[in-house]
Amino acid sequence: MGRATDILRARFADLFLDAHEQHGDETVVFRPEGIVAIATFLRSDAELQFNVLMDVTAVDYPGRSPRFEVVYHFYSLPRRARLRVKLPVPEDQPAVDSLTPLWKSANWYEREVWDMFGIRFQGHPNLKRILMYESFEGHPLRKDYPIKKRQPLIGPMN
Amino acid sequence: MGLKQVVTRVFGDDSFITTKLDAAIGWSRKYSLFMYPFVTACCGMEYMSVSSSHYDLDRFGAAFPRFSPRQADVLIVVGTISHKIAPVLTRVYEQMTEPKWVIAFGVCTCTGGFYDNYATVQGIDTLIPVDIYIPGCPPRPETVIQGIMMLQEKIQKQKQEY
Amino acid sequence: MADDMSQDPELERRDDPAAAPAEDDVDARRMVINIGPSHPAMHGIIRIVTELEGETVRQADIEIGYLHRAFEKSAEHVGWNGVMPYTDRLNYVSPLINNFGYCMAVEKLMGIHPPERAEYIRTIMAELSRVGDHLTCVGASAMELNAFTAFLYFMAARELVYELVEDVTGARITVAYGRVGGVRADLPEGFVPKALGFFKTIRQNIAEVHGLLTRNRIFFDRMRDTGAISAADALDYGIMGPFLRGTGVAHDLRKAEPYHMYSRMEFDVPTGTQGDNYDRYLVRMEEMEQSLRICEQCFKQMEPGAHQSAIPPEYIDADQMVDGAKHARTEMLIDREARLSPNLEGQEHRHKRRVIADDKAAAMPSLGKTYSNIESMMNHFMLVMNCHGIRPPAGEAYAAVEGANGELGFYVVSDGSGYPYRVRVHPPCFPILASLEQVLVGGMVADIIATFGSVNMIGGELDR
Repeated sequence: MGRATDILRARFADLFLDAHEQHGDETVVFRPEGIVAIATFLRSDAELQFNVLMDVTAVDYPGRSPRFEVVYHFYSLPRRARLRVKLPVPEDQPAVDSLTPLWKSANWYEREVWDMFGIRFQGHPNLKRILMYESFEGHPLRKDYPIKKRQPLIGPMN
Repeated sequence: MGLKQVVTRVFGDDSFITTKLDAAIGWSRKYSLFMYPFVTACCGMEYMSVSSSHYDLDRFGAAFPRFSPRQADVLIVVGTISHKIAPVLTRVYEQMTEPKWVIAFGVCTCTGGFYDNYATVQGIDTLIPVDIYIPGCPPRPETVIQGIMMLQEKIQKQKQEY
Repeated sequence: MADDMSQDPELERRDDPAAAPAEDDVDARRMVINIGPSHPAMHGIIRIVTELEGETVRQADIEIGYLHRAFEKSAEHVGWNGVMPYTDRLNYVSPLINNFGYCMAVEKLMGIHPPERAEYIRTIMAELSRVGDHLTCVGASAMELNAFTAFLYFMAARELVYELVEDVTGARITVAYGRVGGVRADLPEGFVPKALGFFKTIRQNIAEVHGLLTRNRIFFDRMRDTGAISAADALDYGIMGPFLRGTGVAHDLRKAEPYHMYSRMEFDVPTGTQGDNYDRYLVRMEEMEQSLRICEQCFKQMEPGAHQSAIPPEYIDADQMVDGAKHARTEMLIDREARLSPNLEGQEHRHKRRVIADDKAAAMPSLGKTYSNIESMMNHFMLVMNCHGIRPPAGEAYAAVEGANGELGFYVVSDGSGYPYRVRVHPPCFPILASLEQVLVGGMVADIIATFGSVNMIGGELDR
């Protein structure tokens, strides 16, 4: 296991769920409650120095429980290292804490995840749709949203 | 300046030319196309190529883009139209004054292309009338030029309103 | 008429000094201006609702998503190879980089390593794409500042880049040239001398634009100190690429995590000092030169193409080949190549095996082989039939390349089937546009145009 995994596992033992290093990508799975603490630690720790939040996204597994997986990609510019943190999020209460107080980049990424997957980010200052329009119903990247279900603003249904 | 004055100035006082008024108006309209480029996506790259010196649209009197819909007479829709931008497109079209023509540039504007999903409009002709379809993803500049020439032909032949 | 006006209560109140807005009531003097979504100085559809105080931007609300074409959803409904044309249209100014980024992610999943020649070709094509991208970005942003000549010079140079790309891939913009395990075809005959000739012209054009813009008073004044962002803020927003390098951080994925053949290349990473529009302009201008340098090094290091070394094989028509195979006349298949249509040049077997990994699970056999033996034909079928095709093992992978705008990452998840379970693009534009609000606020309204030009917003990858 990679260095970051070991450190995180030791420090957040009560939140730790799983870890793997498939294809060389260091990945840690945590319970969703502690993401702010974990991210704060990743950013401030003198050894890890994950100073860039590269990406926030989600994956939908309809058959699975919990259904969603929120995926964070962290990057350490000084160490040139990457870390993927995944949080399983249940369908009935799809919410995790927002990372906007820590990184400005979290703002838009989290809005996109809300728009596409309907996962709420608690504490986000402006959680509204970003790619779709306000009147759009549903969350298109969920697996149960049909790819051709259109909701036109004007004109004929096509 | 009316047509009569033009003839007088060009050919002298006692000259005249014979043509149908419709044909004369069509002739003058087809060589002064002011385009409103409604550029959204990839096709915009080809539109840039077409409109710069290498392909020289000035030969067709169509080089100069007009970014105000009220001053334009050809709406050239370049690139995918999503449902989010669709109201903007119709608004721009409605603001244009008659006579006006629409060119669908690229396959996304013709039929939706290979974007057949929740976000895209399947051809702008579901929203506004289209005169010329230029397929291609994106169309090569030569195709675009042919499309513009076809539009000129159409303008020449159509019943002119004035 | 005058009586009418004096009776208008609204006007009366305005004339009354007591009813005038108090000095500290700022809102009354603020003006809201809507820019976009279809705006002449915005090459891309985006809406910026600005709140101005005089000419100073006090608030800017950025609205994106007008070009959302459901890339990520579409990718889940086409096969792994079928995603390739969609990736072209992410960043349509440098489609080849997108192709290769996606290929790298899938190759990582499958554990495939492309052959060396393919990696060289990828390096060359990616750098050509980068040149094309920077030419478009600088040219278009100069045009928006009314430097139309610079735009025309750069479009002329870009036309040369497109011609080279077309020679290799068969298309000018949407190329679908990458393949999992390599590239579609080898470089065509005479590509290297042609490219070297074109590079001269491109360099001339760049030098001319340097002369036109770099020390131009108007251009300088509009670009310097406008749209500035600090290195710390840029990293906070997750910005990479020329935008970050403009602030002075020498971070380039080609150096930091070398992929393709970049570890063997010598090139500089230009950086700015102030992170303003002018620095970004200079960084982009210098990067074009570095990209051309990388291409030239590739030409030197690459072994000569198949065209130059091998004895040309005997060509026969594909239908004759099929007949021969049907009647088991194997003697007419030995050392023969199927004659392909000219636009499939470079895909003959002797070329193809050098530019794509020898892996039946990913690489399509060459057409000559498909026509002439049953194994290749079955292999071909298995790769193109619905629900078959490439099937990476279940798992996930993230691969990143240095796109023209910054880090372009592909996060792919496979469930072991013939369709991607999830393809997530990390678009380089997205964090830059997220920072735009902060960059614009406090500046002048005229700076929006200069800043937006140097942001190089590409709708396809921003909204996907």
